[in-house]
Amino acid sequence: MTLTRRHFLTRSAAIGCSAAASPLLTPVSFAAAPWDTRLVVIILRGGLDALDMVQPYGDPAYAGLRNKLAGGPLKGGLDLDGFFSLHSELSRLMPLWKAGELGFVHAVSTPYRNRRSHFDGQDLLEAGSMGLGQVSDGWLNRMLQHMGGVESRTAFAIGQGEMKLLNGGAPVSEWGPDAALILSPQAELLAEQLMQGDPLFQSALAEALALSQGGVGQQDFEGDDSSMMEMTMPLPTRGKTHQKIAEYAAERLRNETRVAAFSINGWDTHSRQAAGLKAGFGRLSDCILALRDGVGPAVWNKTAVLAMTEFGRTVRENGTEGTDHGTGGAMLLAGGAIHGGKVHGRWPGLAEADLFDRRDLMPTADVRGQAAWVLQGLIGVGRETLEQEVFPGLDMGEDPGLLL
Amino acid sequence: MAFTPELAEIRFGCGLSPVLPAKDAVEDILQHLAGPDHMATAYPIDSSDSLMPYLSELNALRRKRRKAQGTDAFEELNKTYKAMRRHERANWARWFSHVVLRHSQTRDGFRERLTLFWADHFTAIGKGSLSRQMNAPYVETAIRPHLTGRFSELLVAAVTHPLMLSYLDQNRSVGPGSRAAQRAGKPIGLNENLAREVLELHTLGVDGPYSQQDVRQLAELFTGLKSNFKKGFQFRPNLAEPGHETILGKQYGGGPARLTQIHAVLHDLSVHPATAAHIARKLVVHFVEDTPDPALVDHVAARFRDTGGNLEQVYAALLEHPAAWVSELRNVKPPLDFVTSACRALAVRPEKLQEGFPQNVVSHLIKPMTMMGQKWETPLGPDGWPEEDDAWITPQSLAARIRWAMLAPQHLVDLLPPPETFVMTSLGSFATGPVQFAAGAAETQSEAIGLVLSSPAFQRR
Repeated sequence: MTLTRRHFLTRSAAIGCSAAASPLLTPVSFAAAPWDTRLVVIILRGGLDALDMVQPYGDPAYAGLRNKLAGGPLKGGLDLDGFFSLHSELSRLMPLWKAGELGFVHAVSTPYRNRRSHFDGQDLLEAGSMGLGQVSDGWLNRMLQHMGGVESRTAFAIGQGEMKLLNGGAPVSEWGPDAALILSPQAELLAEQLMQGDPLFQSALAEALALSQGGVGQQDFEGDDSSMMEMTMPLPTRGKTHQKIAEYAAERLRNETRVAAFSINGWDTHSRQAAGLKAGFGRLSDCILALRDGVGPAVWNKTAVLAMTEFGRTVRENGTEGTDHGTGGAMLLAGGAIHGGKVHGRWPGLAEADLFDRRDLMPTADVRGQAAWVLQGLIGVGRETLEQEVFPGLDMGEDPGLLL
Repeated sequence: MAFTPELAEIRFGCGLSPVLPAKDAVEDILQHLAGPDHMATAYPIDSSDSLMPYLSELNALRRKRRKAQGTDAFEELNKTYKAMRRHERANWARWFSHVVLRHSQTRDGFRERLTLFWADHFTAIGKGSLSRQMNAPYVETAIRPHLTGRFSELLVAAVTHPLMLSYLDQNRSVGPGSRAAQRAGKPIGLNENLAREVLELHTLGVDGPYSQQDVRQLAELFTGLKSNFKKGFQFRPNLAEPGHETILGKQYGGGPARLTQIHAVLHDLSVHPATAAHIARKLVVHFVEDTPDPALVDHVAARFRDTGGNLEQVYAALLEHPAAWVSELRNVKPPLDFVTSACRALAVRPEKLQEGFPQNVVSHLIKPMTMMGQKWETPLGPDGWPEEDDAWITPQSLAARIRWAMLAPQHLVDLLPPPETFVMTSLGSFATGPVQFAAGAAETQSEAIGLVLSSPAFQRR
């Protein structure tokens, strides 16, 4: 269904738009959801090495742990605050750091300990519970379940691959670039009849048809004139997938969408980490810049991007110019709504006795707590809801001050 | 809940074919599996042993070419190199088309399904542009010949294969106290990746009875496993960590490092009760449904334990249990299985896949599978492809399935079959009223065929 002008006006009237924010004057502001800020969650799958992203070159033990993978300003790292430096492959994000639109939280983790499995680690990161198997839905979906006025386009899971953090009872849209399904009216009707009685297929088809209209995520066309469009073989168009995903997210977020989530994979750098991170940080930078440029300055100012990973990696590099699965990691923050230009978190130190299991960065805070404070400040979710429902068993503690 | 020939083809085979007969009984399925591998002969895929010298040569040429940049020799080297790369890319597409043809033409569909199952269980993917070429040959060499026999044989073949050693970083792991590490004068050492995945994915399962200490010890025991294109698999005692290792409370090694010690631990892991339970559950989830009947899982696990992991017996246990034959089709076919079973239903001929080869194979089959969420030979990690139905049927991947179903078949056969016939030959007794109606009511023949292939009755098994 396309958003008709009539639908548009009714909705604007219902929420009592002021003239300044009138959609007729500023067509990008739909304001369908009960809040106006934007949240993007990026899951970095594979276990990002926190110590190589934000390098603690000021820690006396650091130099002894990293040799081939040594960072710090003398090794090309970009100095952040005299103690930490940023990996050189993130240099395109330095202007954001300087503008206060990029920050980090160091030494955070989920409650996951000791097993160091990617798959369980990611499941717990997305479930948001204390332990595995305690909940069947994802934390970002549970947040939506507790907000009024959430509609199917309020939140988007973008790209191929499941985003478990958005699984659950609240409506969520799943879509990606190059996906449009254009059927003849007859074929559409018959397809709908075919899927009846199989809820999985029925709802996926209904969504595919709805999302294929309205011009987002496909070549632009005017109004309802879908006769212009012909169905084509499912083939990817030119361009980098991650970039197209971020651009699609931005396009949605410019409109009625308030929450978007997608993944960037490829962080499991057991060997030749330098090459792996060059590619990974390249993709991460592309995505953050595509989001910023895509949503435009007004929306970017009320946007928070959280990039999180299932665990960090061993503090010592291994014998193969890489690092193995660890525990404490880091979270990246971006956007105009965050308190950037700062490495947040309590630094545990890298002396042998300060490590977790004598091998990993000691987590000093729960990554769920960081996300919870962002949800509270950005979207107005209550503390009780956060500690009991969204992240059951979490103690949010003191406000880490991640938002402006 | 009983065997029917149609259900056997759909659930445990490659789908219904308009030209090939279905099996009469469970024994029939198992007899075919125990017999010769006709499809491997008809549609060959190189073995990794024969491919490795070629890749080694290509690798050497690549290095020479890089060095020759800016000199007169470059032009000639570059020409040879590019020709070899084209040849390699054509082989890659040919092997994929052979997978499609095996599925389309086999009378022994369970073998193809088991090949995919175990290739996924032992996911290994080349990391460089050359070693990516090894993916199908790895399956052909390490997996396919070991589908029956003991699980331990399959485990050893997969875990010690050069591609696995490269994929899970074992090639770079060196015992910190080994002779090689002491001589190196630079930090080289252990990499836990393969050891962890052997315990977590290949044998005991993530909930299995092992600790970080077991991972570490197994990683130490694995040192010495090594491979490269030039020499293939090797065991190099000078890379091995000296002393004994303790895994799940049992001591291995001590004395001179030997490959037999590694085989011994893999054998012990292969018959562990946790492994039996893990494999049994995976098989049932893969072949029957996402939330499996515990009685069926227990039955298969018990056979695994009782026979020390005799896989033929394990499959027999799966196929003989009534819960395996629940009449409702439950699991969703992953994109490869969807595409190949559609080719089988359309009776795609080998000559047709030769037209416009290799570009057409890529644009008619391989790339559309990417849009359906399954990039050929590229699962995200060593845990392989998901089993959950809802991981495959999302709005965007269903859109890609429908688009493919409506537009690809006309490129795959000379003449589309009459829809009223196709609905019966492709679905048999699973052709529901709405599917039959759609086949007759669609405006074009390609829409009609596409609707049949898009129906849940065809998408599930």
